[in-house]
Amino acid sequence: MKLHPPELPADEQINRDVLMPLFTISWRWWVMLTLAALGFLLGLAAWCYMMSTGMWVTGIHRPVMWGVLIANYVFWVGLSNSGTLFSAMLRLAGATWRRPITRAAEAMTVFALLMAAQFPLIHLGRTWFFYYMIPYANQRGLWWNYASPLTWDLTAIMSYLTGSLVYLYLPAVPDFAIVRDHCRGLRRKLYGILALGWRGTRQQWHSLNSCIVILAILLLPVAVSMHTIVSWDFGVSLTPGWHTSIFGPYFVVGAIYSGIALVITLLVVIRRVCKFEKYITPYHFDKLAKVLLVAALVWFYLWFADYITAWYGKLPEEKVIMDIKNAGPYFWLQLTMMLGNTIVAIPLLCFRKFRTNLWALFALTIFINIAMWIERFLIVVPSLVQKGPSYSWSIYQATWVEWLLTLYPFAGFCMFYLLFAKLAPLIGIWEIREDKVAYTTKKLGVGEFSAIAQVE
Amino acid sequence: MADWVSDKSPKGQHRWGMVVDLDRCTGCSACVVACHAENNLAIAGPTDTDEGRSFDWIRIERYWEGDFPDTKAHFVPIMCQHCEAAPCEPVCPVYATYHTPEGLNSMVYVRCIGTRFCQNNDPYNVRFFNWFEPALNFADPLPNQLNPDVTVRSRGVMEKCSFCVQRIRRAEDDARLAGRKLADGEFTTACAQSCSARALVFGDLTDSQSEVSRLAESARRFRLLESLGTNPVVYYLKGGQA
Repeated sequence: MKLHPPELPADEQINRDVLMPLFTISWRWWVMLTLAALGFLLGLAAWCYMMSTGMWVTGIHRPVMWGVLIANYVFWVGLSNSGTLFSAMLRLAGATWRRPITRAAEAMTVFALLMAAQFPLIHLGRTWFFYYMIPYANQRGLWWNYASPLTWDLTAIMSYLTGSLVYLYLPAVPDFAIVRDHCRGLRRKLYGILALGWRGTRQQWHSLNSCIVILAILLLPVAVSMHTIVSWDFGVSLTPGWHTSIFGPYFVVGAIYSGIALVITLLVVIRRVCKFEKYITPYHFDKLAKVLLVAALVWFYLWFADYITAWYGKLPEEKVIMDIKNAGPYFWLQLTMMLGNTIVAIPLLCFRKFRTNLWALFALTIFINIAMWIERFLIVVPSLVQKGPSYSWSIYQATWVEWLLTLYPFAGFCMFYLLFAKLAPLIGIWEIREDKVAYTTKKLGVGEFSAIAQVE
Repeated sequence: MADWVSDKSPKGQHRWGMVVDLDRCTGCSACVVACHAENNLAIAGPTDTDEGRSFDWIRIERYWEGDFPDTKAHFVPIMCQHCEAAPCEPVCPVYATYHTPEGLNSMVYVRCIGTRFCQNNDPYNVRFFNWFEPALNFADPLPNQLNPDVTVRSRGVMEKCSFCVQRIRRAEDDARLAGRKLADGEFTTACAQSCSARALVFGDLTDSQSEVSRLAESARRFRLLESLGTNPVVYYLKGGQA
């Protein structure tokens, strides 16, 4: 069976279909939003409780000074890393199958990063003084310490967040104009502002396209550097198990891997809930799953390179960490991680039948992300439990506060995404229409070929 | 200055350092008690200690050698090593921990925001995080015993051995006001003062005649985790050797 890009309906029909979720609200949406908001508020309450009581309500202690909270941070930065990076790569590569996918991926980046960026603040002992990390003019002449990876982090996250927001907004401008033209009253005014006076003139299209290309080129290195810098929070330290040069590329690939898995999860849901079956088809999922497969293979390669180097060398410091990971509860976590990330994922993704079975993909991508969360946890915690002189070794057990704060970004992400689904079309309308103008499939004898279509 | 002091050009007038003679240490823990009294260390109960939330700017690590009944105990007092290339310093995003010109690895409590990165990057585990409100740590009548020269740390900041910086400052100021040079042995840290076996000796490493310099000349000299290149100024004298 050969997969084809979907045949798109008439332009007016596309407008109607894609704008439908903006103008209708079902009770299911309300239920989902309520649940997400509840989880979000619970997380906020846990954060406030931790701030007002003290860090002792978490399970961290000497020498495990970073725990689940930092694992959450790395996980969510990883998820956010992928959307914009992926979209920018596909745009620059001129992949036409990206068109119905990019908006959802870009929005994912912004909301995941919004949640991730809170964790460096959540885990501070004195959150209320977080602004000491920002270089602002003050009468004491105190500055931030640019030698610290944490300040690199702050810079990288802020750059990526700003860039991603603009990158999400710009391609949405023509779509906001379409929404503006389809509604009345206050809404029309709101979308009129969002559309920035878009009229669809030649000049405007030209500016928009150049802007998108420039942004995509600028954001690629920012995305790669952001997650590399997150890895350097660990990589540049003296702690055995963290101190490895492979962490930069390893984190970036891990981020792409888990991020694409989340894009697939989201698209399966969006396709079903928003009734986008005509626009997002198994054809797209097949392509996405192939990228996922490549990411899985590269991830495994880097993981293996790291593991074999440490295992073969058997430096006493490294061996301690390896022994911890290979015994007790961490062994089961590591097994789950390997199952999800490679043993189950890679063989399954090799089959087209699997790649085009959306619910199977849905289940697998969720499993992959659970495994990726475990991977982050296994990076942060086992290296710390037996750090330094054996006198102060101890084990780490997360508390309910930390688990609520693990729920927090999930719930927050879902809440923002649900709200966003009512603000902007989750598929770039003009982009798929542009695709329709640019290419079409023509039957010629027994074969089908893509051909440049006549502009209608 | 002796040729084994790694940083040959101290920016300050002094370079404070310590010698720990492992042959002399009896493991009596008087230094731990003295440090608690001098530096307003919070008192942790058995549960908090068990959970790794105690405060021991100096601790006696005890290691057993051999099987019962042929056992031998080794005592290693460990405090902040005040490394010249301290790994905990560059990772702080707000300069809450930095190196003074006199070679002290110091903490600025008011500046600390509690990222705890310094403790993660500290190979000796000698940094302590304030989990609790000071009011919880010092219930009545404990506030009456607090040393007025030392800040009581607030919740959410890191703290660590300061080499009794309040004593250093007091002695330096006294000497300057009297218009004389600071003499060796004029003052010492709380732990060294209370060490009846004289296993701990504190002093100025720039002064080659000081007791600490002379002791550190010993062939038994070594430093903790020297391979990491952190250049501690705490010199240990190997035990169990003639």
